[in-house]
Amino acid sequence: MEALGLYNYWLVIALMMTGFYIVITSPNLVKKIIGLNIFQASVFILYISMGKVAGGSAPILADQVTLYSNPLPHVLILTAIVVGVATTAMGLSLVVRIYAAYGSMEEDDIEVMDRSETDG
Amino acid sequence: MMLLTAHLPILQVILPLIAAPLCVLLRGPRLAWGLSVLASWGCFAIAIALLRQVLAEGSVSYALGGWAAPWGIEYRVDVVNAFVLLIVSGISSVVLSGARAGIEAEVAKDRIELLYTCWLLCLAGFLGIAVTGDTFNVFVFLEISAISSYALIALSGRRRALIASFRYLIMGTVGATFIVIGVGLLYMVTGTLNMADIGARLPAVAESRTVAAAFAFLTVGIGLKMALFPLHLWLPNAYTYAPAPVTAFFAGTATKVAVYLLLRFTFTIFGADYAFATVAMEWILLPLAVLGIFSASLVAIFQLDVKRLLAWSSIAQIGYMVLGISLVSVTGLTASTLHLFNHALIKSALFMTMACVFYRIGSTQLADFAGLGRRMPWTMAAFVVGGLSLIGIPLTVGFVSKWYLILALLERGWWPLSVFVVLSSLLAVMYVWRVVEMAYLQPATSNAKPCEAPASILIPTWALVLANLYFGIDSSLTVGIAQRAAESLLGVSS
Repeated sequence: MEALGLYNYWLVIALMMTGFYIVITSPNLVKKIIGLNIFQASVFILYISMGKVAGGSAPILADQVTLYSNPLPHVLILTAIVVGVATTAMGLSLVVRIYAAYGSMEEDDIEVMDRSETDG
Repeated sequence: MMLLTAHLPILQVILPLIAAPLCVLLRGPRLAWGLSVLASWGCFAIAIALLRQVLAEGSVSYALGGWAAPWGIEYRVDVVNAFVLLIVSGISSVVLSGARAGIEAEVAKDRIELLYTCWLLCLAGFLGIAVTGDTFNVFVFLEISAISSYALIALSGRRRALIASFRYLIMGTVGATFIVIGVGLLYMVTGTLNMADIGARLPAVAESRTVAAAFAFLTVGIGLKMALFPLHLWLPNAYTYAPAPVTAFFAGTATKVAVYLLLRFTFTIFGADYAFATVAMEWILLPLAVLGIFSASLVAIFQLDVKRLLAWSSIAQIGYMVLGISLVSVTGLTASTLHLFNHALIKSALFMTMACVFYRIGSTQLADFAGLGRRMPWTMAAFVVGGLSLIGIPLTVGFVSKWYLILALLERGWWPLSVFVVLSSLLAVMYVWRVVEMAYLQPATSNAKPCEAPASILIPTWALVLANLYFGIDSSLTVGIAQRAAESLLGVSS
């Protein structure tokens, strides 16, 4: 049952595919951003899982602690979370502007409006 | 002075990073422009100094904050990235110098200093990607440049730019996330993020499927960023609807940095043996390159907007670079690295002429080019020279690139492909000719007066055009550097 023991990684794959599927299929721009966030969250869990050492404690310097989890992936993912927040903010502000300009945030509607416009 | 030269690699990134917020504080479009031009030329000067240092003394390693290499972040400059730094900062400086009028015409007045802020952040990101020797740092700089480039595209004020920017955001973020996944998987098997260190430890674990997955994620992620066919769909709209000077900047830098990343990851980290002997990457890259060149050139012929036409041509040109990479030979990589430089010159010059045209005509639709040859003689002359260079006529840089690419193909004995490269140039003749024919042979609409672009845009445009000719006639400098870069990537010494 080794495959089940790696359940975090199965979770990562499930989340990754869910997020990716939403990004690709949803015509709603906000839902696309949500999908993107789920997709990124799966990567956060991937990194956090790989840093975990079975039975290891938090990396604190103390006499009774001898086995640590690897803190580096956790720190890396803090950076990635910040980047993710910035991307989400940028994406949502674009959606606000798009909604103001088109009156819709459904990709199909916007495409129809773009096509009916004569200027390139 | 000694103190400063030791810190050149980090100064390269710090300079635009500090100048960017200052642009916001200055609260004046002219002042912000002046500052960003200064910062950009400063980076260019640093890049020249670094390249000279690297050519004379070999690669430079810089430990960020004094933390020694595999633990701290290392900035490592060899011939390859010194050349890329030179291209990026050089194109940014020249284009930015000529960008003021075009940007003031295209961008809302209260947003102009913000545009320069984003420009500098984007530049800092590109330079950071090129200079760093740490794989996670690559991701951070990638996102710095990407997020600011989404803003740059959206700032053009047209509503289609918003959609183009949003699509780029989705594709770009997916690409960057793929790259983080790849970096994470590499960290799992090697326990390090330092490029040279990963490169040293990978052969021992090369059999593992984790490494193969990392390789796949990284290649697809970088492919998205460099608009490798068929991952190119974000590019045409992003280039078409961005403000014209911004497009000129992107065309010479964004995809070039991604091509550099592909080179770095494939050759320095995975190594040519792994990428091409174990995974047989050339059989993925080669067909994609050929399909990309052919289909994108064909699509370019039928475009009604000249900016979009040039954007499609950019996708085809990425194909030439990838074709050179897929040959895995010194000549092939020389051709690719050379084309990185040459294509940056060609496309930035061509998109600068689009900035001239848009400034005067307010459109880049092909139909509006009628009679423009007489109305804007200098601009259209620049377009013609740039177009000839794009096709690859002798005495231009485009010819030098294609010459080396064909040499590399013949070296492998793949003459049908070299015939293909020559024939694909004919497709370039067709799309360039459509613009030239419209500008010179079609009569202008009534009451059209001469309306040459102002010298502030024309001079940088012509500087790029003349560079096209200069490096086309005297190619010894660029070919020499590109060759050394190729040798260092393949790990062979001359």
